[in-house]
Amino acid sequence: MNYAFDFGWLADYWPVLLKGIGITVELTLVGGVLGVSLGIACAWARALGPAWLKPVVAAYVEMIRNTPFLIQLFFVFFGLPALGLRMGELQAANLAMVINLGAYGCEIIRAGIQATPKGQFEAGASLGMSRIQTFWYVVLIPALQRIWPALSSQIVIVMLGSAAVSQIAAEDLTFAANFIQSRTFRAFETYFAATLIYLALAIVLRQLLRGLGWTIFPKRAAR
Amino acid sequence: MNRRTLLALLTGAVVAAQTLPAAIQPAHADALATIEAGKLIRIAVPQDFPPFGSVGADMAPKGYDVDVAKLIADKLGVKLELVPVTSANRIPYLQTNKVDLVISSLGKNPEREKVIDFSVAYAPFFNGVFGPADIAVKDAKDLSGKTIGVTRGAVEDLELTKIAPADASIKRYEDNNGTISSFLSGQVDVIATGNVVAAAILARNPPKKPEIKFLIKNSPCFIGLNKNEPALLAKVDAIITEAKKGGALDAISEKWLGTKLPADL
Repeated sequence: MNYAFDFGWLADYWPVLLKGIGITVELTLVGGVLGVSLGIACAWARALGPAWLKPVVAAYVEMIRNTPFLIQLFFVFFGLPALGLRMGELQAANLAMVINLGAYGCEIIRAGIQATPKGQFEAGASLGMSRIQTFWYVVLIPALQRIWPALSSQIVIVMLGSAAVSQIAAEDLTFAANFIQSRTFRAFETYFAATLIYLALAIVLRQLLRGLGWTIFPKRAAR
Repeated sequence: MNRRTLLALLTGAVVAAQTLPAAIQPAHADALATIEAGKLIRIAVPQDFPPFGSVGADMAPKGYDVDVAKLIADKLGVKLELVPVTSANRIPYLQTNKVDLVISSLGKNPEREKVIDFSVAYAPFFNGVFGPADIAVKDAKDLSGKTIGVTRGAVEDLELTKIAPADASIKRYEDNNGTISSFLSGQVDVIATGNVVAAAILARNPPKKPEIKFLIKNSPCFIGLNKNEPALLAKVDAIITEAKKGGALDAISEKWLGTKLPADL
């Protein structure tokens, strides 16, 4: 092997990488918050919602979970303008990520909700809590606590999956790496740097989600 | 027959094989005279580079270069033998006299001019900024405030990055399909790409037609032929010049590139 490693490009291109990291973090933040919210709403609808809503949500969830993210993204960005719905690449990327996480989050959270014993609903009602209070404190929070590790993993997967948005020219971290590679032809070095950055982002995100879990959920009783 | 006579016979045969054609033809045969005497011209065309040359469903070669080859054979009044070549072997085929002409979207550069001769230009090949008729862009300055789609890493990307004003927004797509889709779906105002890609968009007859706004890099195609063939060169030049005036070349351009020849060709 006589390949001379050269990270000299970093001096010129670090602002591009930094901007890419910023976009990836922004996409993950918006996608994560709105996606989990959508997931909670859909999980409620599928588990406890009115009969007419259940098949609608089920159709949405199955549609998204059984098609590739890239195709969903292309549909939003290149397909919807045909219907007069045109949005920029960042909005399209955000929308596609929210829709995607919403569907996966729905199934994870629904599993948590359905694992709630029926007695807890009745306990909530007998304490004089409203239906919304019962759902929030008695059903949802314990449900989220149960499935928090799985949901955290899904959010990390969505962050890593956001690499696909570079295909619609959204300038995320993957786009930055591709861009730098097309200018410097330093494929090993650029993708190596991108790999390390993604790894760091994923580890930080996992720790943040873990910390968030500690603060929002009551301590579990010692077993 | 002993070994020595066999050797002598073999040597004689080899020498005869080498000298015989030279005895039939003059040492420096004029290529045009040879073509006219043999009633056959051999022309190298691409087979993997649409719309210049590709193989159709009926396995017959078709394309801009193929039509120009047919035009030249027609005007010379000789039979045409198409020889499929790749971009790597098109000049060696000419140098080793396997073909008389190379019509294979060949661009001119000083290295090539050292080894072969070129006719006048016969086909446009350029990249530039393309957009619909209602967008007023005449040069790089006019891109201010516009969104431009381009294929990442392509020549036009590198050039555009240098010349575009700071407030122009360049969207870089993975491949030509992304660039084409961004234009057709209205995600970008204009695209920077090659005339061949623009022709591919035009061929689909879209609601938004990409028209050339300004050139980034111009490298038209020339017909290649061997050096020291002034008669053939003059004849080919005359045929192409006449075809440009008479509209025959415009018709070929319309057929394969979707537009007439540019005025400066």
